[in-house]
Amino acid sequence: MATSSRFAFFLFCLSLLYSTALSDLVISRVDRRVENGGNEIASEVLLAFPNMQAKNLAAIKTFYSEGKGKEKGSSVSLPTTLVEPKGMPQELTFYSVSLPKGLGKGGAITLDVLSVFTHSLQPFPEEITQADVQLVLYQDSAYYLSPYKVKMQTLGIRLPGGRVESYTKHPNSKLVDSEIRYGPFEKLPAFSYSPIVLHFENNNPFAVAHELLREIEISHWGNVQVTEHYTLVHGGALTKGGFSRLDYQARPAIRGVSSFNHLIFRLPPRAHSIYYRDEIGNISTSHLWGDSRKTQLEIEPRFPIFGGWQTSFTVGYGLPLQDFLFKLDGKYMLNITFGSPMDEVVIDNLIVKIVLPEGSKGIIAAVPFPTKQAEEIKYSHLDIVGRPVLVLEKNNVVPEDNIYFQVYYQFSKISLLREPMMLISGFFLLFVACIVYIHTDMSISKSSASYIAKIQSEEVQATVQQVLNIINQCLAVHDKLEASLRDLSRTGDVQSCKTLRRTADAQLKELVKELKPLTTFLHHSPQASHILPKVEELIAKEKDLQDKMMLKHSTVVDCFEKKYSGKDIENRIAPQQQKLTVLRQEMDDLHEFLDEI
Amino acid sequence: MGAKAAENGAKSSSSAPSPPPLKAFFRLKTKQQELLIRVASLALIYVLAFAVRLFSVLRYESMIHEFDPYFNYRTTLFLTRNGFYEFWNWFDSESWYPLGRIIGGTLYPGLMVTAALIYRLLRFLTFAVHIREVCVLTAPFFASNTTIVAYFFGKEIWDSGAGLVAAALIAICPGYISRSVAGSYDNEGVAIFALLFTFYLFVKAVNTGSLAWALASAFGYFYMVSAWGGYVFIINLIPLYVLVLLVTGRYSMRLYVAYNCMYILGMLLAMQIRFVGFQHVQSGEHMAAMGVFFLLQVFYFLDWVKYMLNDKQLFQSFLRITLTFAISVGALALGIGTASGYISPWTGRFYSLLDPTYAKDHIPIIASVSEHQPTAWSSFMFDFHILLFLFPAGLYFCFKRLSDATIFIVMYGLTSMYFAGVMVRLILVAAPAVCLISAIAISATVKNLTSLIRTKGKAPLAVSGKGSSSLKASAKRSEAQALRFRSLESAEAQALHFRSLESAEAQALASETSKAHEASADQSLPFQHNCAIALLVGAFYLLSRYAIHCTWVTSEAYSSPSIVLAARGAHGGRVIFDDYREAYYWLRQNTPADAKVMSWWDYGYQITAMGNRTVIVDNNTWNNTHIATVGRAMSSYEPEAYEIMQSLDVDYVLVVFGGLTGYSSDDINKFLWMVRIGGGVFPVIKEPDYLVNGEYRVDKGAAPKMLNCLMYKLAYYRFGEMTTEYGKPTGYDRARGVEIGNKDIKLEYLEEAFTTSNWIIRIYKVKPPKNRW
Repeated sequence: MATSSRFAFFLFCLSLLYSTALSDLVISRVDRRVENGGNEIASEVLLAFPNMQAKNLAAIKTFYSEGKGKEKGSSVSLPTTLVEPKGMPQELTFYSVSLPKGLGKGGAITLDVLSVFTHSLQPFPEEITQADVQLVLYQDSAYYLSPYKVKMQTLGIRLPGGRVESYTKHPNSKLVDSEIRYGPFEKLPAFSYSPIVLHFENNNPFAVAHELLREIEISHWGNVQVTEHYTLVHGGALTKGGFSRLDYQARPAIRGVSSFNHLIFRLPPRAHSIYYRDEIGNISTSHLWGDSRKTQLEIEPRFPIFGGWQTSFTVGYGLPLQDFLFKLDGKYMLNITFGSPMDEVVIDNLIVKIVLPEGSKGIIAAVPFPTKQAEEIKYSHLDIVGRPVLVLEKNNVVPEDNIYFQVYYQFSKISLLREPMMLISGFFLLFVACIVYIHTDMSISKSSASYIAKIQSEEVQATVQQVLNIINQCLAVHDKLEASLRDLSRTGDVQSCKTLRRTADAQLKELVKELKPLTTFLHHSPQASHILPKVEELIAKEKDLQDKMMLKHSTVVDCFEKKYSGKDIENRIAPQQQKLTVLRQEMDDLHEFLDEI
Repeated sequence: MGAKAAENGAKSSSSAPSPPPLKAFFRLKTKQQELLIRVASLALIYVLAFAVRLFSVLRYESMIHEFDPYFNYRTTLFLTRNGFYEFWNWFDSESWYPLGRIIGGTLYPGLMVTAALIYRLLRFLTFAVHIREVCVLTAPFFASNTTIVAYFFGKEIWDSGAGLVAAALIAICPGYISRSVAGSYDNEGVAIFALLFTFYLFVKAVNTGSLAWALASAFGYFYMVSAWGGYVFIINLIPLYVLVLLVTGRYSMRLYVAYNCMYILGMLLAMQIRFVGFQHVQSGEHMAAMGVFFLLQVFYFLDWVKYMLNDKQLFQSFLRITLTFAISVGALALGIGTASGYISPWTGRFYSLLDPTYAKDHIPIIASVSEHQPTAWSSFMFDFHILLFLFPAGLYFCFKRLSDATIFIVMYGLTSMYFAGVMVRLILVAAPAVCLISAIAISATVKNLTSLIRTKGKAPLAVSGKGSSSLKASAKRSEAQALRFRSLESAEAQALHFRSLESAEAQALASETSKAHEASADQSLPFQHNCAIALLVGAFYLLSRYAIHCTWVTSEAYSSPSIVLAARGAHGGRVIFDDYREAYYWLRQNTPADAKVMSWWDYGYQITAMGNRTVIVDNNTWNNTHIATVGRAMSSYEPEAYEIMQSLDVDYVLVVFGGLTGYSSDDINKFLWMVRIGGGVFPVIKEPDYLVNGEYRVDKGAAPKMLNCLMYKLAYYRFGEMTTEYGKPTGYDRARGVEIGNKDIKLEYLEEAFTTSNWIIRIYKVKPPKNRW
């Protein structure tokens, strides 16, 4: 009483109540002109709600606009806080609006108060069949409940259309189309109250999310992943007496009028990788379209939702990081919406989890309304210490709360490389382990017969490989000689051919010398007994080939020196040539055989 | 291809135009090259086996398929959430209401434990995967592992070439894919791996006589026992194999060590699985193994006595006495055991394997499952394709090169082929054997052909030197000297010359010089080379057809999850019928948490897993009476059914109905089995009551009992008002192609609670009893 005794406010109220299409939502917009009738300067105005209503109050906002009446300027939002003034009735809950500047005596100001109530429409009858329309009750006061005297007030209630079953009659009330008007009333004393009850048809979807868990995961690689888990209930009248698909399919507009079977999500532009699923798998009934300004997702639950039915599902989507994350003097700022992107849904309990990258520090959230805050840790792919998670919780969330909030944190870019480095080092270690495994001797007993035999056979193999190597070199020399002969036939340069033969001869001698220790080793090794004859044969053949080659070479060169005709040369070397080819062929076979051992 | 290879050979052997160091480099590493190719192709096969099974994920989604996998998934979920001890002691009150089911004691835990371990491992490696993903991909993962085992098995029984081919064949064999696509999270997925692995280890143990391999095979057997009831096949095949080896005189110490170690340890380990328990010593199906075990001991003992006695006459009499004694003791023990009930007789499933008609007459519940039907020829063709023809060829090769290992694979192949003929689902067991034996055929054939081509390829170049020289001899009269030298340079030209020079002279030269390289028989078949090439091309064509067939079968037939049905729409687009999940999710969300749902047992696992509601019966058909009770309720008139449902506390009844969509595997088509199974326990239900002249009908001419039984009413409730097809009367059943006989169905004790959008699932609520006043 203290307040009101000091200031005698007069209010001109024009309160418009929208019981709009929004499911369970009642939005009340009250335009009020406040005049200071007292002597002192008033700096705040009290708003009163009955406790019954206050507990359903989801959002309250006050706007103040300069100027009077029609010519409203830009409206400014005023801070509105819950207060408990002394000496006021217990049954009422008060909010206080701080005025931008003190209101002197006789001064007037127009305030615009927007308050949103949830769960205020009571279905009556409480149970309906599939075919029935849904009727709801709404209770309020015809008079504007205020701790101040009210000079003049009207009340308009806009209904969603359809039948109005009944409404509390009042001397000056009238129903026009789907709007009910009470008033104007004049000179009402403070705290005047006149209950009214409206009973009307409302078939709008009463979509209520019992719980919504939004998880916003930030990846500095360029993605913000949003995952939303809904538990959705039809908050309207309960269904009784079964559900007939036949009726529903044949006449959906009549039989099933109170149900809803699709929901619309308005996602930010450039949303991608959108999915829609539930615990038992993907739900294939959804449509997506979008342009540069928005992305719209229309989903259908697995079954139509009738009164009292519930369903749960998950919607997830990715957003480009640069649209939502900004760098601000050494800190990162995430700027993203708080509420659900779904149209017209009331959320009883909203939990928003912001999962920041591993190694983020100094996390501060700036939310424009009070929320419960907590922190936890989440482990995702390749996490060691886990990602810090900021948990924000708010009850009774309405679309009006779907506004941007900010999270500030510090994060060093170097940490980005941690996970790739982990993967790389993991694979590196794996390969190193493989290499080590191949190159280390894992046998337990180093003196067992089989072990020694294995070692020896490996040595023999290595030696045979060396022998083959040398033979190959010899063959290469032969090829060179052969090539020189061909050159000779073209150029007739005998001298160079001779020198080449000499060097080749020397080379071959060297190689044969190299072969010697290897063959002696093979002779002494017991493991080599089965391949030794083959090796020896190969070496012998090689020697033979060498001799034949040299012979052929010298013959050809000689013939050239003596200027014999091509035919003669051909005749002379023909037998050698034949043998050479055969030898070469045999050597190739031997070579292959040894290679395969 | 062959010709080209020959040319390449000619090139490298005669004048070698390529720089020698490079050639030397490649030459030296032949072995490494071979290893590289082998490892690379194995790795590719490994990936292929995994990738080809992912069709279902790509076409649909990462989800669990069919019926049984849902139970496995549910139990795996429980295992990962509550730990192994909780899982082992789990009493599931959500199924078989009101009896419940002791899960830990009535399942093979191998699959769940495997998936849970993989899940734990991935989590430990900080991969935050969902258990569902692990379950979906378990079967493909194990299929990939099976290819590796097949490679080693093939290597063991034939050579590494056959191993590679076997790995490639089994990677895409439709018979195996049918049970191991992604999402088919069933016991068979890991069991085939375990089966083949056990066999491989056992064959390895027999080949080496090593205790270590025998031990490994015992553990392989343990894994198999933990994973699938099909382990009975192993415990009967291996003794049979041992017996065959004994009879054919291939008894050896290696066999003795391998079998004894494997049997004793495997048996002890298998007893650790609660579901199997003491069956190894108590059940008739396992007695063969024990008999062979004792027989081996007798054999060993006789061997020893023979060695000690050193007297043939004496030994003969000793042998007679011992054998008579041993056999009579064995027979007596078996007789007493069976008579006293200590040894249980063979189960019906086992009987039905030996006698395919047994189940049809005695156990309708086994016969009612479509995968227990005898196999049609077409499905053999569908699942094996060319392997069906290669199988006998492979058997031929095996017999040509008999060894302990090939005897094993032959026996495995023949027995499993028989079982595959008895039951459709056992094609799965035959698949590895068929692949291995076919691989032997392919590998041996291709190897023979290529070796023919190679020797043939070499012959020309051995000759080419000569041929070219003789060619020169004939050509030098006309050609210039330098030109001749140049012709010597070019190997291709030589080959060409040789080919054109089909003179007798060249032939003679060839036969003269190629003695060292070729078998003399080669000359008798002049077109052998070309034939070999043609055959080789044919073989590759067949193999490529096989690959195409497998891919097609996998994508078209075996990759549908059967929970989600897909059909082609009128405009060619794909229409998805997701009714099953719609209904199950409705149950999950909108019925009381303790609601009991009655449905035919096929859907039990899915309802508990997806709908999270208690069911009366499910796919674990352990209690025939209970199932018969449900069958009786479905086939009774509504008031009687209501009484049964009241006694079972049923709140909801779920039926599957395909009349609107033309979905043929619905409850009306299964209904006769319900009647039969119900009638098998409750003689009140008589099958002829539902038939008209032995014919099953749902139209106007149907039997009156049929038209008024609960199942009919629930399936067709209000269907009579529905127009399903243009130009047909209302109530036209598209699945059976008739107009239904009873269009005016009134329900007294039940009410429609939910019907899915395509009417495939209909759920009815059982009304509470009426007030008495």
